Amino acid sequence: MAMKVYSRPQSIVDMPFHYCPGCHHGLIHGLVAEAIDELEIAKKTVGVGPVGCGVFVYDYIDTDMIQASHGRAPAVATGVKRALPESIVFTYQGDGDLAAIGTSEIIHAAARGENITVIFVNNAIFGMTGGQTAPTTLVGQTTTTAPQGRLEEVEGAPIQVCEMLNTLQKPAMISRVSVHNPANIMKAKKRIKSAFQYQLEGRGFTFVEVLSSCPTNWRMSPLDALRFIDKKMSAYYPIQDFRMPEGGR
Amino acid sequence: MAEKVLMKGNEAIAEAAIRAGCQCFFGYPITPQNELIEYMARELPKAGGTFLQCESEIGAINMVFGASSAGVRAMTSSSSPGISLKQEGISYIAGAQLPAVIVNIVRCGPGLGGILPSQSDYFQSTRSGGHGDYRLLVLAPNSVQELADLTVLAFEKADEYRNPVMILGDGILGQMMEPVVLPEVTSSKVDKPWATTGKGDRSQCNLVSSLFLNPEELEQHNLLLQSKYKKMKEQDTRWESYLTEDAEIIIVAYGSAARLSMAAVNMARQQGLKVGLIRPITLFPFPEQPIREAAEKGTPFLAVELSTGQMVEDVRLSVEGRSPVYFYGRCGGVVPDPKEILEQLILRLRSQEGLKKGTKGGAA
Repeated sequence: MAMKVYSRPQSIVDMPFHYCPGCHHGLIHGLVAEAIDELEIAKKTVGVGPVGCGVFVYDYIDTDMIQASHGRAPAVATGVKRALPESIVFTYQGDGDLAAIGTSEIIHAAARGENITVIFVNNAIFGMTGGQTAPTTLVGQTTTTAPQGRLEEVEGAPIQVCEMLNTLQKPAMISRVSVHNPANIMKAKKRIKSAFQYQLEGRGFTFVEVLSSCPTNWRMSPLDALRFIDKKMSAYYPIQDFRMPEGGR
Repeated sequence: MAEKVLMKGNEAIAEAAIRAGCQCFFGYPITPQNELIEYMARELPKAGGTFLQCESEIGAINMVFGASSAGVRAMTSSSSPGISLKQEGISYIAGAQLPAVIVNIVRCGPGLGGILPSQSDYFQSTRSGGHGDYRLLVLAPNSVQELADLTVLAFEKADEYRNPVMILGDGILGQMMEPVVLPEVTSSKVDKPWATTGKGDRSQCNLVSSLFLNPEELEQHNLLLQSKYKKMKEQDTRWESYLTEDAEIIIVAYGSAARLSMAAVNMARQQGLKVGLIRPITLFPFPEQPIREAAEKGTPFLAVELSTGQMVEDVRLSVEGRSPVYFYGRCGGVVPDPKEILEQLILRLRSQEGLKKGTKGGAA
C-alpha cells in the first residue's frame, strides 16, 4: 500500500516559487516551514523578510510577516519581540542584506542576546540586483562588480559571519549548515528546528547560516553550483556548530 | 486628577507619552533631547513598557517599525542629525501605513552643526524627509504644556491615520522648565486588525510591507496615502490666531519663534501698532486658510523663524501673491530678541506706508 512520506509543509503557501532554477531559497523556506509546523508555532510566529531575492518570503511562509528595509530585519524583529515577548520571531536574510548594510543590526541583536531566530542565507553574492560582489564573495570569485575576480588587496577578505558573531558573549546558538546535498539538508533542517526550539525555551539569540547556491549569478549549472558549495564555499565557510546552548539538544 | 508640576519640556513629552500608553520606546542619545530618553529609561519600565537604548538611530526607528507592526504604541526621539538617519525608516513606516510618534528636538545644522536651538528642519519634516511621496502629520508645540498635550494627540492621530506623526520642537522647548498639567492616563487599546501579532485564529495572515512591484497597485497605494493627507488637511489643521482681527501686519511663526514673536506683538500693541500673530500648530497640514483670508484683505505678513527661511515658503504659497510676505530669521543657534522682531515689524509697517503713499519703501 502506498504510504505518504513527504508532503508540502502546512506553513508553505501552495503557490509556485519565483526563484531561479537551482536556487535554494525555496528549499530553505520549506525547512523553516517544517520547523514551524513541527513545533506547532505558526499561530504565534512573526517573520521578518529582507531586501533582496528573499523579500518575497512573505508570499510563501504562512505566518504573519513583515517586510523590513535593507539589512534592518534584526532591529525590526527586536521591536516585535519586545512588543510581544510571547511571540516567536524570526528573520530571513541574505548575505547582501545581513553581511553588508545590516552588519550593525545583526551584531547588536546578537550582542543583546535578543530572543529571536535569524536564518542567514549565504550565497556569496548579491542576487536580486544581478550578481554584484557581496561581503561574502570568495577571493577570486567573479561578479559583475569584480569582473576579474575578488581581489583581497582591493576588497578585503570575505566576512565569516558565524565566526564574527561567535566572539560575542550573548548568542545562545550559532551554527553553519548547507543544503548542497541530502545529508546536509537533513542536518540543516535539524539546526533550524533547534533554533526555533531554543527561542521557544527563551534561551536567547539563535543564528543559523545556510550555505546556498545562486547558479544564475554564479554563471554555473545548478549541479556545478552544488560542487562550488561543496569544494569552495564550505572550505572558507566551514559547516559546523559554533555554539550550542547549555543543555541544548 | 489633574496635577500641576514643574517639568522640563523633554521630560513632559516622555511623561505624556507614558500616560498616552506608549509601550515601547527606542532611542539613541543626542543633545538636546537626552532628558527624554533618560526619563523613558527610568519611568517606562515602571509603567510596564519597554525602553531600549539602540545601537543607532537607524536601529531605533526600525525597532519602532517592528513594535508598531506588532500593534503597540511605539515612539522614538532624536535631534536633527539623528532624525536625518531615521528618515529611511520613517519612509518605510509611512509606506507600510504604521502609526508611530517621532520627536525631533531640533538643533542647528547642517551636518553636525551645533547643539543650540533651531528650526532648520522644517523642510525635512514637512516635505517627506525620506524618499517617496509621503507626508507626516507635524505638530509644533510652543510651551511645555503643549509638548505634553500634543504628545497625547500625536499617539491618537498616529493610530487614527495609521501614519507617523512628528512632534517638532527645538532645543529651547526641550530644555525649558514650565508648570504643566499632565494629561490623564488614557487607554492605548485601539483595535488594530492589521497588526502582525501572530496569526492566532485569523483565517488570513497579516503582512506589513511597503513593496508594490505592480505599478498600478503602487499608484493606488500612493493615491490612498494622498487621500489620508487630504483628510488631515480637512480635519486636523490647527493654528492659533492672536490679535489678527484689526492687524495691519501679521507675524507667522511657530514653536519658540512664536513665543518670541508673541512678546514682540505685545510690545507693538503697547505702542499702538496694529500687529497680530498666526501660529501654526500643525506644520503639515499648514494653516493656509487663515493666512489666505488675511491676504485677501491685503494684510502683509512677516514670517519669523530660527532658520534662514523655510516656513516662509508655505506662507507665500498660502498668500499666492495677494499681499507682501517678509521674512526675518536668525540661525546657527542665535535666538532673536523680541525687540529685534519689533524693529522688523516697525520697518515693514513703514515700508507698507511708503508703498501706500507711492514712495519708494519697497518690499524686501
